[in-house]
Amino acid sequence: MSATALPAPTRRSTAPWRRYLRHPMFVTGAILCLSVLLLALLADLITTRSPERTRVTQAFTPPGESYLMGSDNLGRDIWSRVAYGSRVSIAIGFATVVLAGAAGTLIGLLAGYYRKLDEALMRAMDALMSFPAILLAVGITAALGPSATNAVIALSVVYAPRTARIVRASTLVLREMDFVAAARAAGASDARILMRHLLPNCLGPLVVQLTFVFAYAVLAEAALSFLGMGPPPPAPTWGNIIADGRDYLREAAWICLFPGLAISITVLGLNLLGDGLRDLLDPRMKIQES
Amino acid sequence: MTAFITRRLLVTIVVLLLVSLISFSIMQLVPGDPATVMAGLAATDDQIRAIRVQFGLDQPFHIQLVRWYAGIAVGDMGQSMTLGRGVGQALIERLPATIGLAMVAFVMTVIFGIAAGVIAAIRQNSWVDQAIMVLAVIGVSVPSFWLGLMMIVAFAVMLDLLPAGGYVPFAQSPKDWLVSLILPAFSLALLQVGLLARITRSAMLETLRQDYIRTAHAKGLPVWIVIGKHAMMNVMVPVITIIGIIFSLMLSGSVVIETVFSIPGLGRLMASAILTRDYPLIQGGLLLTAAMFVLINLVVDVLYAYVDPRIRYD
Repeated sequence: MSATALPAPTRRSTAPWRRYLRHPMFVTGAILCLSVLLLALLADLITTRSPERTRVTQAFTPPGESYLMGSDNLGRDIWSRVAYGSRVSIAIGFATVVLAGAAGTLIGLLAGYYRKLDEALMRAMDALMSFPAILLAVGITAALGPSATNAVIALSVVYAPRTARIVRASTLVLREMDFVAAARAAGASDARILMRHLLPNCLGPLVVQLTFVFAYAVLAEAALSFLGMGPPPPAPTWGNIIADGRDYLREAAWICLFPGLAISITVLGLNLLGDGLRDLLDPRMKIQES
Repeated sequence: MTAFITRRLLVTIVVLLLVSLISFSIMQLVPGDPATVMAGLAATDDQIRAIRVQFGLDQPFHIQLVRWYAGIAVGDMGQSMTLGRGVGQALIERLPATIGLAMVAFVMTVIFGIAAGVIAAIRQNSWVDQAIMVLAVIGVSVPSFWLGLMMIVAFAVMLDLLPAGGYVPFAQSPKDWLVSLILPAFSLALLQVGLLARITRSAMLETLRQDYIRTAHAKGLPVWIVIGKHAMMNVMVPVITIIGIIFSLMLSGSVVIETVFSIPGLGRLMASAILTRDYPLIQGGLLLTAAMFVLINLVVDVLYAYVDPRIRYD
């Protein structure tokens, strides 16, 4: 830790968003994420076949003019399945970010602010974090039953503690600051201090963390689907397509190739976005790492 | 130091009690009646009742909980539904394959991760550094099970160099054991290689700015001694702290990787337990893996305090 390092001075004349546009990691990440988002939004327009329509006579068509990414053992269009699959991944990832973010933020704020709650809450979070992430998610969905909603619940249980830890760390520093004492002296209630004074100041690290939670959730959802614990087939999730194609690796590797590329590009975009945001929102971090 | 270890042990016991409570609660999450779900669709009422009695589900919650803790205390995690024998025994039998896989993957992680991080740091901002960092972020973005499948296509189907799956026990043939683990271990390691390379790089950059490194250079020591000995000692501190995380990621990954490569380990046992709704086995597997993680973190924490004398034990 270089304690003497000060945040890099930014020129007044530069609009804040210019800094973002000049950051290569942030820009690359944003472009990748936007592309996947567009794929999800425009899935109806850019595909010609329904993702679930089977045509056995055209099974195992290699990628080419008629089938951009080839077809699977039932003659389903992989391009169409990958495009529609992006909706499932984004929806599950986003819902996990919202649920894990809300629960984690609340727990983190309470643990950081009320010292008496800290020990109990954080030991419970430690216990949840002791389970390997995928195993816990898989265990929970095995009990609740495989579905998109249950995948979101399971992934939120897995990632809320990791979010709580980040928010608690910020709260612990903030609660000792003068502006919190001033707010208290002015008669602000605890709820007001938590929501109006502490929460906004935690947002930087929280946004960075939630970007990574999104990335983990997309990866974990793919793994859950692959193991048969995601939205049940024939739903076109990226993990389901790979699980279906697994038996035909020798003759039709393209069935597995393209959904895996889609997962990698999405997660890469989110990871770059998260790294970029961390640099941009916390200048000290950048000085440390570069 | 003794006080530190004692306090750390107490916290560990609390966390272990909570971990076993969470593992136990998995059965409570099953909507409706777990016995009906476990018995399957074709079961008669008598069969369901038999299962309810066999697994103690006819007892009130607190009795079930006491039985669960009493069982764990003597190493009994209940009976598996599908295997017809003790959960503990079934899990222990599958451990060697998973530990072997994790060991090979761990060695790969440490070698590639630390080497890549150190090279990137000493060539900071060069194209080598940038290439390594791009590869590292790709490494943490690729799903391991998909990487495994693609490597089967490349190295087993197209090049015919390595087996597409299966496992040879070490005792049978150490050479074949290693060969059978190369692809799965690499698929499992890539994520951690990326993670470790990034952490090693920033720790190394941090260290290289320290005065004692300049002193070492100034007194004319060869560069490789300054980097390899003086700097590495400090770089190892943050690296040791993430060993627990690496281990946890590997156990997570082993569920999918063992399924992809047909390795008879803990992960594949869990994957099949999930599909057959074998709740006692799922509970036991969760408890075992989490307990291993908690104990490894305890060792890491003590090791960490030992390696870095700056850490105070209070």
